[in-house]
Amino acid sequence: MELEKVIQLLEARLVSGSIAGKRIDRGFCSDLMSDVLTIDTERIILITGMVNLQTIRTAEMADIQTILLVRNKKATPEMIRLAEESGITVIETPFSAFKTCGLLFTEGLKPVY
Amino acid sequence: MVTLRYEIEGGNFNLAGRASSQVKKVLKQLNIDSRLIKKIVVALYEGEVNIVAHAHRGVIEVAIKPDRVDMILTDKGPGIPDVEAAMREGFSTASQKVREMGFGAGMGLPNIKKNTDCLHIDTKVGSGTTLTMTKYFDHGEE
Repeated sequence: MELEKVIQLLEARLVSGSIAGKRIDRGFCSDLMSDVLTIDTERIILITGMVNLQTIRTAEMADIQTILLVRNKKATPEMIRLAEESGITVIETPFSAFKTCGLLFTEGLKPVY
Repeated sequence: MVTLRYEIEGGNFNLAGRASSQVKKVLKQLNIDSRLIKKIVVALYEGEVNIVAHAHRGVIEVAIKPDRVDMILTDKGPGIPDVEAAMREGFSTASQKVREMGFGAGMGLPNIKKNTDCLHIDTKVGSGTTLTMTKYFDHGEE
């Protein structure tokens, strides 16, 4: 799925990185970074309401290129700075995690498992 | 051989992951396979977060050798009273603050074991813990 489509579908806002030509294959939704670190699938989008620096660090370590913040959570300036340094795209949506996952799944985004 | 050393401050989540991030940059510069880098830095990051979450302070030493990466994480802290329990998925003694950061789900040590080829835990209650772990470059990969 194109990130451009994700933005459109979720009435989302890009706050770090770029979406041009970027695609994701699967989605993983969790506020537990411990669980995110057990994923070894590539090209996933991390859907989370966990907003702190460790969200970005976790994505960096797990080679996750795209983070989607749900429930109208806002990335902090420190998060945005670290995401830009690490080449991570951060998107914010006002939708709940449930609605976000439902919309993406309906549009064909696959789960990690 | 490349050796790296980082001092880790217990309780400071703003800096947690900085050492692992630096190690990742060096491994990339050395053109190590990206799948191996991920395993190495995920294990290291779990260990680094454990120091920040549980210990007063610690030191991370990384030695990148031609055939492997050796990592030694030494902390001054409470130690692990029951290593066998700590190795079980879901077992955690993390504080509420740590859980609020998205950690403390009891996945750390099992995930370190999964991502490394050798893991040794030397711990003394009331004194501290040393994790010694190794990841080989051409070993155990599909």
